[in-house]
Amino acid sequence: MGWIMTTWDSLPLILQLGIKIGFIVGPLIVAVAYYTLAERKVIAYMHVRVGPNRVGPRGLLQPIADVLKLMFKEMIIPSKSDKYLFLIAPVLAVTPAFAAWAVIPFSGTLVLADIDAGLLYVLALTSMSVYGVIIAGWASNSKYAFLGALRSAAQIVAYEIAMGFALVGVLMVAGSLNLNTIIQAQSGGLHQWFFLPLFPLFLVYLISGVAETNRAPFDVAEGESEIVAGFHVDYSGMGFAAFFLAEYANMLMISALTVILFLGGWNSPFDFPPFSWLPGVFWFLAKLSVVAFLFLWFRATFPRYRYDQIMRLGWKVFIPVTLIWIAVIGAFKFFTPFGFIFS
Amino acid sequence: MESILFYLFATVLVVSAAMVVTIRNPVKAALFLVLSFFSAACIWMTLEAEFLSIALVLVYVGAVMVLFLFVVMMLDIDVESMREGFARNLPVGALVAGVMVVEFAVVMMSDRFDSQSLPRPAGHGPDYSNTKELGLVLYTDYVFAFEVAGLILLVAIVAAIVLTMRRRPNTRYQSPSEQVKVNKSERLRIVSMPAEKRLDIDN
Repeated sequence: MGWIMTTWDSLPLILQLGIKIGFIVGPLIVAVAYYTLAERKVIAYMHVRVGPNRVGPRGLLQPIADVLKLMFKEMIIPSKSDKYLFLIAPVLAVTPAFAAWAVIPFSGTLVLADIDAGLLYVLALTSMSVYGVIIAGWASNSKYAFLGALRSAAQIVAYEIAMGFALVGVLMVAGSLNLNTIIQAQSGGLHQWFFLPLFPLFLVYLISGVAETNRAPFDVAEGESEIVAGFHVDYSGMGFAAFFLAEYANMLMISALTVILFLGGWNSPFDFPPFSWLPGVFWFLAKLSVVAFLFLWFRATFPRYRYDQIMRLGWKVFIPVTLIWIAVIGAFKFFTPFGFIFS
Repeated sequence: MESILFYLFATVLVVSAAMVVTIRNPVKAALFLVLSFFSAACIWMTLEAEFLSIALVLVYVGAVMVLFLFVVMMLDIDVESMREGFARNLPVGALVAGVMVVEFAVVMMSDRFDSQSLPRPAGHGPDYSNTKELGLVLYTDYVFAFEVAGLILLVAIVAAIVLTMRRRPNTRYQSPSEQVKVNKSERLRIVSMPAEKRLDIDN
């Protein structure tokens, strides 16, 4: 073991960081690929179908086949489109979706950048993911793509506010912007997790997360029955694959954030053996999978929202709910002896 | 390393800021403005002002510019007709620009911004929490100014809503609570009809 550490320390810092980033992005891409398979399989079983089962044993190689197919397809650039923006848009969609993972703590020590304002960093990067959608819609020079982009932009801006307010509630209870400190504030078992005192904010965050990633039942940005495929209707080959990758990476990101902020992160649900013997990474990934499964379950269950109902839910229901709960937390913490509920 | 990063971000910032005013297409101008905001945020980050830097990205890049783009994309701006007014408005524009340059020069050449009177601030370690320090100062020493700023923003929000909310008499809108309350007897009428005559298929 010793020689590994000495070689590691002798590497230049930028190479060390590069290797660490590779260890996050590599598994993330594999996870995204198999998340798409999981989606097709789970929804198929919910519909009493079988789902993809031809490529490899039980269809397990289907994502690999999909990736290869998309890589070797021709990338068509519409002649009346804005070529530079058309090509930049998928990059702008993927970059924030991956860069946000830099601050996610997989366990107490396993984190690439344990920065002090981690939560703000995540919020800033997720707020940038809308540019990929808007630029793609505009650069395609197509009515359908543009309508999809406008819908998506309005929706993301609306739900981002509710999401931000839900995070304010978490900040008030945890007293820190650092993700690891927020998780440590929830240690001690299931009853210490923030989803109990912050239950309204937990629901708002989870639902806004679905809306933020343009997933069913909030997927009007790509509503295939009305505007074909929305903002990425003109993309083919790798451009389409990049949007696909960004969407699923964002879904996993929202799941990870829900786990970190409300479900105790890498803490085990019960603070006694045998549960506390399992490593933190296991609990983190297990909880992440459960929340990620919810995304698929929603898609198989709910019909698509009407657009005005989406806006109404975001502006007139979620934002007031979060504002009131923030006031409740503040009032309880500073004016009543029951402040321990929110700490 | 730090100076390389500074010159990199500064170059991107200056070039994109120049593109904002020179490029023809308004959507691209807005996108270059986004790029210049982002470069400025990167420069602030290298100056250890990580809270301000992230807040700049969050507020201006993530929210304000999205709404800006939203509007600019939907407007059908005729570039030619806008260029016609260029020569007519040039004197006024030049005057304003000249006044601004003189003002900047007066401020920047005063003793206050002299390199001697502004010592290089000491760098803080990686454990230094910029966010916490900013919060402590903002909610203690400057709490009055902070609350006044909040009040002004609140007034601005109310004013913006009042200015844009005009109730037109004939607008149609949906009332979701009434839509939900509807039941079968209000919407459905079952009419019993006599059966039609059977078609004779054999012929």
